[in-house]
Amino acid sequence: MYEKNGERYYVVDAHVALWDGRESNLKNIHGKQFIDCFYDYHKNLSPEEVVWDYDTYTYYGGERLMKDLFADGYVDHAIFQPAFLGDFYRNGFGQTEEAWALTRANPDKLTYNHNFDPRNEQAGLDQLRRDADRFGLKGVKLYTAEWHGDSRGYKLTDRWSYKYLEACEELGITNIHIHKGPTIIPLDRDAFDVADIDAVATDFQGLNFVVEHCGLPRLEDFCWIATQETNVHAGLAVAIPFIHTRPRYFAQIMGELLYWIGEDKIQFSSDYALWTPKWLIEKFVDFEIPEDMTEYAPLTTTAKKKILGLNAAKMYDLDVPDELQVADAGEVGLEVAAGARESVLS
Amino acid sequence: MNAVATPTASPPRRAATRHGASLANDVIAALATVMDPELDEPVTELGFVRSVALHPSGVTVHLRLPTSFCSPNFAYLMVSDAQDALRRVRGIGQVTVLLDDHHDSDKINAGIAADAGYLGTFGAEAEKSLDALRLTFLRKAHTAAMERCVMAALTSGSVRLEDLGRLTLRDLPAGRTKEALLRRRTDIGLGVAPSEPVVVDEHGVVVPDEELPLRLRLARSVRISIEGNAHFCRGLLATRYADGDATGITTHITDTRSTS
Repeated sequence: MYEKNGERYYVVDAHVALWDGRESNLKNIHGKQFIDCFYDYHKNLSPEEVVWDYDTYTYYGGERLMKDLFADGYVDHAIFQPAFLGDFYRNGFGQTEEAWALTRANPDKLTYNHNFDPRNEQAGLDQLRRDADRFGLKGVKLYTAEWHGDSRGYKLTDRWSYKYLEACEELGITNIHIHKGPTIIPLDRDAFDVADIDAVATDFQGLNFVVEHCGLPRLEDFCWIATQETNVHAGLAVAIPFIHTRPRYFAQIMGELLYWIGEDKIQFSSDYALWTPKWLIEKFVDFEIPEDMTEYAPLTTTAKKKILGLNAAKMYDLDVPDELQVADAGEVGLEVAAGARESVLS
Repeated sequence: MNAVATPTASPPRRAATRHGASLANDVIAALATVMDPELDEPVTELGFVRSVALHPSGVTVHLRLPTSFCSPNFAYLMVSDAQDALRRVRGIGQVTVLLDDHHDSDKINAGIAADAGYLGTFGAEAEKSLDALRLTFLRKAHTAAMERCVMAALTSGSVRLEDLGRLTLRDLPAGRTKEALLRRRTDIGLGVAPSEPVVVDEHGVVVPDEELPLRLRLARSVRISIEGNAHFCRGLLATRYADGDATGITTHITDTRSTS
């Protein structure tokens, strides 16, 4: 819980990780390139005083995670969204057993989402059923650009993807978090293309699709499909740290998201340990759309409360104390651009 | 502690002869015509040209990108476009363009050196040429350039929202914003005559009045997206190669053609 100027905010960090990018876990040069790329993101967008040293960054462990999120970071509940990356790391990138043990020790604070890869076909589907049972899964994290043998990515519209999503519907795994990255086959298409999300969102009305880092670098394509589909949500991972380095750009991202998809379908996430939640939450609560950006509506306290925690709490059925709720519970089934009722240029 | 990939030691700068300086300028000018398709900016301005080495038999150019995992298709396009642009420089000799520190560096560099083309470079990973992909991003660049012109016209009061459908290229004030729009129109095959309407779709068809507000609103999202990506890429490049100092992103130019 975070409190500022008499307002209290229930905080859900909807995308955290417990990874191991140490040298001992690297399978090849790409594992090194991947964690180095993460570290550059961290260094580039974090305030100087919260930049970690490289060794800590490659592995920080459960105790440090609990401190950064819950003791220092105001987070009430966090959701693991692990990336497997088995082609880059010996024991995978996200540490399943460690994260699951931490979740079991702190069930009121942590939710464990797992992952699947439709290229594992039937064996992976059987594993998904066992994982759903073992972890009590409510959600999964999919990384469509993950390397897998000769393949460097898949689409949600692939035949096996549909089988997995059908299983998710059946098993009550309702929250599908999707991350898109830059290598996907065939290479002559736009690797960040979000059109496949549009298709599965239409075909799987019982599932929520949370598009991580709100479709960046294809914000406009994401906003467009999210406008058409009621079950498509935006995760703020990667977008929110711009609040420090590029606040005006962050204002534009928020302005666009609020206009196109509305305050009820945006979720806060630090993407820990890419960034730590404390400074993000403090800055987000203080943040206002600059006065000269008259093209955007203000970011209200109610919207901030929803984005920081209430939206994800609703999706994950978390217990939020009554006094931290907002009166306006949010519109459901919004099908047009949320801001479209106002004049486009007013 | 800093174990991030750092640039290899750059070669010492040498005083170039007048002839060499002129050739170096031609090389940089050629590279300045190479655009990052996603960011719609020249690779020279983005800091992607790491080094230019003029030597007796030709030129060797090293390119670099903000991360190891930048999209390989766009990476290929920039390397390939750079090679094409350099080959057009008179008296250049042998042209070698190399991409550094990318997960597909070896594949791309080998393919470019062998003139294997995109399909030959990536084999089974590619289906068709990159023309369609390139066109998609040229269209986005046009949309963003159009939005900048329209917003400038609206802000200056030279046109009212309800008259936008009748706005023509003639009505736009001369300047960089208009020049950029004309260039992008040419890129996607649209006319640049003064009587051409400004607010058109990617095929040059005039947007109906009732669709104008939504179309412009979407155009703004496209523009913001492109600009935001460019901020991000610039920042990451500076972090990767200059410890976060954007002024440290420079191109090292050496000339061993004329010994003195």
